[in-house]
Amino acid sequence: MAVDAEAQFHVLAVDDSLMDRKLIERLLKTSSSFQVTTVDSGSKALEVLGLKEEDQTSTSALSPQHNEIEVNLVITDYCMPGMTGYDLLKKIKESSSLKDIPVVIMSSENVPSRINRCLEGGAEEFFLKPVQLSDMRRLGPHILKGKHKEQQQLHQEENSNTNHTIMGSSNNNNMSNKRKVMDEEILSDRTRLGFSSSSLNLI
Amino acid sequence: MALASHRHISSCLCSIHSSLCYSTRPEMERSSLQRQLANLKKSLFDQGNLDEQFDQLEELQDDASPNFVEEVVTLFFRDSSRLVANIEQAIEKSPRDYGSLDALVHQLKDSASSIGAAKMMKECTVFREYCDKRNLEGCLRSFQKVKKEHSTLRLKLENYFQLLRQVGPAEKATRSGN
Repeated sequence: MAVDAEAQFHVLAVDDSLMDRKLIERLLKTSSSFQVTTVDSGSKALEVLGLKEEDQTSTSALSPQHNEIEVNLVITDYCMPGMTGYDLLKKIKESSSLKDIPVVIMSSENVPSRINRCLEGGAEEFFLKPVQLSDMRRLGPHILKGKHKEQQQLHQEENSNTNHTIMGSSNNNNMSNKRKVMDEEILSDRTRLGFSSSSLNLI
Repeated sequence: MALASHRHISSCLCSIHSSLCYSTRPEMERSSLQRQLANLKKSLFDQGNLDEQFDQLEELQDDASPNFVEEVVTLFFRDSSRLVANIEQAIEKSPRDYGSLDALVHQLKDSASSIGAAKMMKECTVFREYCDKRNLEGCLRSFQKVKKEHSTLRLKLENYFQLLRQVGPAEKATRSGN
């Protein structure tokens, strides 16, 4: 069964400006059939990602039964009151459950030291505002790379666990099963289309 | 005036060929509106009120989001009006906090850049330069210019969206200058 890989990708957009949230959502939905969730602060973003307030400083991984949705990419404004985009980036990268999610930072200011700091902090890209449709094309490779890392992690977990349940089994861990099925289909799509792991291009 | 003569011609035709008129009169009015719309759009670009970022917004509008541009512009004026009011307060405060003032103008400029409000961005840049130099007179002068451009842009865009509505949902304004 052919799976539309793009339609499954979920992007979390973070910006304190309503106008900018509206813009980024339209850009994301227009360029690819991404599923988009927008929030107005870093702390709300962490909630959506499944890091509860008290866990935000720890590196504990939460089980899927918590109020969490799967996010394949986070795109965040840099300048926000309270938690900045950089702060959010650091929290994501310091979390064992979230560190493989690619993060992109947006800013209206072209400050080289800021850009470097973000990239060194683990951001995949730095977009200058106003963000353009052409910028959206740069997201694909990072999303696929993130999926690949997640796939590897899941395979590692599988190897240490002899219980290979994929479809149709009664299992209370439905979320991770669903993810596994999606990932295996994506992996087979990628192999079929001949993508190399070093250069992934999503048109 | 072209508009008046069109109306005259169409009313003459109507007395002779009423069935033909039924299909041509709305068309004539519509094409006149389309021309007004194209002229207004051209003027917005030629006068430098808007730049290609506005075209980008129109490219994002489609059947799924048919009023996208107007919605974004409405949000812009909501934000910008608030910022202009805050700048007004900050500039009258004594002693003046040029740091806070600059931060507000910066926010206004960023907002303007999202919809391609080129002239507003330029005026904000000049305003920020005066903030930097703590030049009160310069600040007051450039703030006047910012407010004037804000009003002009608002008026022109209100006109623009009204014309768009009159011309009809199937119509998309031609590209700037084309």
